[in-house]
Amino acid sequence: MSEPRTLLAIDCVSKNFGRVTAVDGISLDIRENEFFALLGPSGCGKTTLLRMLAGFETPNDGRILLDGRDIARIPPNKRPVNLMFQSYALFPHMSVRANVSYGLEMERLPAKEIRSRVDAILATTELVRFADRKPEQLSGGQKQRVALARALVKRPRLLLLDEPLGALDKKLRGAMQLELKRLQHEVGITFVIVTHDQEESLVMADRMAVLKDGRLLQCDTPHAVYEHPADRFVADFIGVMNFVPGKAAANGVVAANGARIAGKVPAALSPGASAVASVRPERIRLFPSVETANRTTGTVEALAYQGLDLQLHIRTPLSPKPFLVRVTADAADRRPVSAGDTVELGWDAADVRIFAE
Amino acid sequence: MRFAIVSPTRLRSSLLMAPALAWLTALMVVPCALVLALAFFRRGIYGGIEYTFTLENFGLVFDPLYAGIFLNSARIAGTATLIAVVTGYAAAYAISAAPRRLQPVFLFFAVLPFWSNYLIRTYAWIVLLNREGLITQLLRWFGYTGETPSMLYTEGAVIAGLVYNYLPFVILACYAPLSRLNPELAEASRDLGASALTTFRRVILPLTVPGIAAGAVFVFVLSIGNFVTPALLGGGRFQMIGNLVYDQFLTANDWPFGAALAMALIAIMLLVLMTQALLADRAAGRAAEAKGDADG
Repeated sequence: MSEPRTLLAIDCVSKNFGRVTAVDGISLDIRENEFFALLGPSGCGKTTLLRMLAGFETPNDGRILLDGRDIARIPPNKRPVNLMFQSYALFPHMSVRANVSYGLEMERLPAKEIRSRVDAILATTELVRFADRKPEQLSGGQKQRVALARALVKRPRLLLLDEPLGALDKKLRGAMQLELKRLQHEVGITFVIVTHDQEESLVMADRMAVLKDGRLLQCDTPHAVYEHPADRFVADFIGVMNFVPGKAAANGVVAANGARIAGKVPAALSPGASAVASVRPERIRLFPSVETANRTTGTVEALAYQGLDLQLHIRTPLSPKPFLVRVTADAADRRPVSAGDTVELGWDAADVRIFAE
Repeated sequence: MRFAIVSPTRLRSSLLMAPALAWLTALMVVPCALVLALAFFRRGIYGGIEYTFTLENFGLVFDPLYAGIFLNSARIAGTATLIAVVTGYAAAYAISAAPRRLQPVFLFFAVLPFWSNYLIRTYAWIVLLNREGLITQLLRWFGYTGETPSMLYTEGAVIAGLVYNYLPFVILACYAPLSRLNPELAEASRDLGASALTTFRRVILPLTVPGIAAGAVFVFVLSIGNFVTPALLGGGRFQMIGNLVYDQFLTANDWPFGAALAMALIAIMLLVLMTQALLADRAAGRAAEAKGDADG
């Protein structure tokens, strides 16, 4: 298999508003037919970056290359990029059909072609029944599909989605995540989605970029970001992580109580430096039956039953915050625990990630 | 005798409304009824009123001479409305595009003239437009030496005065829908390939028409009945209905005909207002119907 082609190259792009730097020298490559997520807490610059891709903001520095052509200074109506707005921004005085046709009318296509392309996209997004309705007569999920259809019908090289599922309730959001992914596959258009919801990007994205304070922290597949976070912030932001603060030592971190957490120490971390060892809740075994490199005992403080699994908050001498441990419902049935119990925990050195504090 | 049973809430709301209703009845309904009644009588030979029923006065309203003044008034009011709507909408658009915290400041300046007297503001225009007024002096200062055409006592002066006086209404009426407009709608239009002009024509303008209509009706109704501005800035040479009515009552001493003219003017105003109300109502009805549909 050949290396996937780069569709969009963001090259050292910066943007500041007065004294505030919103995007600070970000470089990213987005590949053809990829579902790419820009993830970060609010104020991280992800929306500004997206607006620069759409053409609503002009970078102060750097280039944005689409198919090798710099589009940084091309106005939004002249670039083959479409944006699905967070508020959907449907035209309230136009029917669903008129909303979807609008973009094709701007291209001055023949009426017949407009009609057939609009019909096709309304069918794909299951909106045929609502074609004559006004936006205010639609539910949130239907509005979201109209906004998507309106952008997709243009067949853009790149579709940008700004928090597309933010306005939907949790259950609908889950369904729409899969729906979006299916649609992306079907239409074969590169999607770039902005979200603050780490779970959403883990589920949907082929690759994701984690941003903070206008800088790129990590860009990789969800699996790689989850399993090998670039730094402490990413480790904390993506998923749930248990942290043990301490000092770096050979082959591990020495916690405040003197216990040693075995794990691979990054080369950049010199012995004695402030460091933090971390492990994911699902990697910790309760009452380990086999020998594990790391062991500790703790007291169960609280239990949260979540159907599929049980979340335990366990106070240990290793860290001031209780450990979070996930046990499958099955395992919990075999050896029930309750609040106040003393339990034994164990995890492998290979599951430990160590970062500079 | 029968005692009506009135619920306490009904009673309370009636009591609260009573002063306003009494005020309106005494100062609006009664005088209008009197003027209306007046229109059906004959003018006395030496002025005054002869109390015999006639429809002559209304017939005279349609006399080409007077109908012409009606049409002239409508034309002047229409021109003033058009200019006020175009400039007022542009100003409202600019204010709504300004930074949020500056918008109230700009609006304050837009309505500032309202805080001074209408007459004084109109006199100020005489100072401006006079043959040796501010505008002429300004032209001289820039080195213009030729004759300046008389700007005062022209139809243009009347229109300028009307536009000036009613412009704030248009700005306020257009600002309301413009400031409520989601800026992402214009961005979405641009994103879908529309130029700035097309975006304005197909998205922004249709969504702010109610404000334009409200402002336009305001200017038109107030302009067509205005008599101060044409009297002062038109120098009595450009008669509008307001001046004609004034003349019938105070100069010609023909109260019945003045009353008939006044009634015709009120009828025109009511027609314009009702048409606008009906259209606004229909739009609101459609919106409500649509809402009900979505809920159901």
